[in-house]
Amino acid sequence: MASDTPVLGIRDLHAGIDDTPILRGIDLEIPAGEIHAIMGRNGSGKTTTANIIMGHPDFEVSEGSVELNGEDLLDMEPWERARAGVFLSFQYPQAVPGLQVGNFLRKSVAAIRGEDAAKGTEFRKRLKEAMEELDIDRSFLGRYVNDGFSGGEKKRFEILQLMLLRPKLAILDETDSGLDIDGIRTVSKGINAAVRGTDSGALIITHYSRILEHVQPDKVHVLIKGRIVKSGGPELALELEERGYDWLEEEAETTA
Amino acid sequence: MAAKEARDAVGEYKAGWHDPENATIRFDFGLSEQVVRDISALKNEPEWMTDIRVKAFHHFESRPMPTWGNMSMLEDIDFDKVCYYLRSSDATEKDWEDVPEDIRNTFDKLGIPEAEQKWLSGVTAQYESEAVYHSIREDLEQQGVIFLDMDSGLREYPEIVKEWFCSVVPYQDNKFSALNTAVWSGGSFIYVPKGVHVEMPVQAYFRINAKNMGQFERTLIIADEGSSIHYVEGCTAPTYSTDSLHSAVVELIALPGAHIRYSTVQNWSANVYNLVTKRGIAHENAKIEWVDGNIGSKLTMKYPAVILKGEGSHAEVISVAYSGKGQHQDAGAKIHHLASNTTSKILSKSISKDGGRGSYRGLVSVSPKAENCKLNVVCDALILDDGSRSDTYPTMEVANPSARCEHEASVSKVSDEQLFYLMSRGHSEEEALALIVNGFFEPFTRELPMEYAVELNKLMALEMEGSIG
Ligand SMILES: Nc1ncnc2c1ncn2[C@@H]1O[C@H](COP(=O)(O)OP(=O)(O)O)[C@@H](O)[C@H]1O
Ligand SMILES: [Mg+2]
Repeated sequence: MASDTPVLGIRDLHAGIDDTPILRGIDLEIPAGEIHAIMGRNGSGKTTTANIIMGHPDFEVSEGSVELNGEDLLDMEPWERARAGVFLSFQYPQAVPGLQVGNFLRKSVAAIRGEDAAKGTEFRKRLKEAMEELDIDRSFLGRYVNDGFSGGEKKRFEILQLMLLRPKLAILDETDSGLDIDGIRTVSKGINAAVRGTDSGALIITHYSRILEHVQPDKVHVLIKGRIVKSGGPELALELEERGYDWLEEEAETTA
Repeated sequence: MAAKEARDAVGEYKAGWHDPENATIRFDFGLSEQVVRDISALKNEPEWMTDIRVKAFHHFESRPMPTWGNMSMLEDIDFDKVCYYLRSSDATEKDWEDVPEDIRNTFDKLGIPEAEQKWLSGVTAQYESEAVYHSIREDLEQQGVIFLDMDSGLREYPEIVKEWFCSVVPYQDNKFSALNTAVWSGGSFIYVPKGVHVEMPVQAYFRINAKNMGQFERTLIIADEGSSIHYVEGCTAPTYSTDSLHSAVVELIALPGAHIRYSTVQNWSANVYNLVTKRGIAHENAKIEWVDGNIGSKLTMKYPAVILKGEGSHAEVISVAYSGKGQHQDAGAKIHHLASNTTSKILSKSISKDGGRGSYRGLVSVSPKAENCKLNVVCDALILDDGSRSDTYPTMEVANPSARCEHEASVSKVSDEQLFYLMSRGHSEEEALALIVNGFFEPFTRELPMEYAVELNKLMALEMEGSIG
């Protein structure tokens, strides 16, 4: 694969729901080994961007393209995208009562990485290591997926899945919210391990700069009303922390 | 054309296949006192059994149909088109190798030999009306446990059978218990001596194979003082072109301190009427559990019951029901607290899909003299699409104010967000739905022996196939 093909390539993406536009022309490229961040206020379209990359059936794409390593994603079903290497850590992970965590992890690894990856001592060893890294107790495996989990447990569980599924593209939607400082540190370790020095990429969605201190992003993009209005280096996150979004919103208004 | 009609009549039935009918003795269709007498004579039964059969037959004739459940489906049963006795192999076999080949094939498809290695401690595989395969593991025999098909039980232990037969479910109990008593054939007879614990679940499979074959097995389990047993019954049936009737009676007697667990997963094909009476009596400090799964059939009406007769006795009924296209599962539980300090728990879970209908019908009663009883009833329904239906008819008749009663009910739907979450982990929409459905049934499935749990999960995954538009 040519090294200049980005892991994620989004071009002029317009999308919405029930004829209401939400994303209004997004361009974004994440090269292999890089971590990018999208920041923006509530309602700016961050989760929608994540949902569209993952293939949420509720959203209509009216224009543009989304590619994973040069391969068109938009015609694929969500599970095909997952198998192709897209992973989404959900802002609100869903509970599935009665489905045990251990069983779910094994089935998901089998679905995405193949039966062999989900079998035997190798899998158990990786699982054990990942759980230790994330400070997750073994008893967790017998609980039901996200059922009665605290906010922090849900986010750790998403990262555990990330570590076992080893995607090409990891999208983390507000994984930092609901975590304390220790949690953010552990989770950041997981994200760094999954991307740095690999040919994978990550997109971190957040509206705090805190997590970005631990996961040094290569680029920060600011999303306002469905458009990326500014991109920059990690220093942009700090600037946003200080100045808020108003100045960018004003800029966006005048250029819109 | 006929094949298509048959398919329409029975719906999608994934485990459907059937053997050529090689029955050696088969009665004509329809029922009369003479047919009842002939069945009894053919089996060389003692006179008292013939008498009960005949009385039960007359009761059946005069008893009207139930006025609840699904009356219009019940009205469709044509008792004159049912064959009441059919025997497909002459002897009761002891050795798997001696079982006729086509019958063995049927069981192979069900995976029985493999299951046997791991779980079976004794097998009565009921094929048509007669048990054809029967093996009892030696340690069971050594422990003095009697495990026979009911016909052999009556022949070899007539005095025990006479003492308990119809003592828990009298033939007058309902129209179908009367019918069963009149024409019963096969089923299991188990006696566990005092203080004996049967560690492995004891299993029996039942299948209906001939067209219009009524299957009327009769099971009697007596657990003597301080003993315990787990009995597992699994049913699945091949596809038919016309309706079949399955009407069993199961009687359990848990003497003081005994523990009986009776687990069933029925997967009758979608043309079978499954009208079963199951009831147990728990004496002092005894415990009876019904673990009851209803996946198949056209209409099931089944309400496993426990009479808590002795002080400190305990009852549990855990049931699941899956109602697909054209199916009505009318299931539930009945518990009667007759003595003090008795406790009961009912957990009912139902899923309806493709216009299927699931009903929970439950009755829990506490008699005036029963002090300090505890009752807990939980009913959960999961509806998979808009045309499907779920109803609950819970009744509590509490005549003693010291009773503590808890009741919870919930109805939920599968959400798009839940499906999307699972799909984002590489699971197709059907697989995602199966994960949700199997999760919903998990409180039930975990109570089953592993083989059954796996089989049930597979069945449900099959049911979810092709269900996404
Ligand atoms: N399922 C949906 N139905 C209708 N509107 C939606 C839906 N999802 C998102 N939106 C709308 O799209 C806009 C962006 O939402 P979202 O992407 O969740 O923002 P963010 O994640 O940046 O807070 C909001 O105005 C929101 O109301
Ligand atoms: Mg969001």
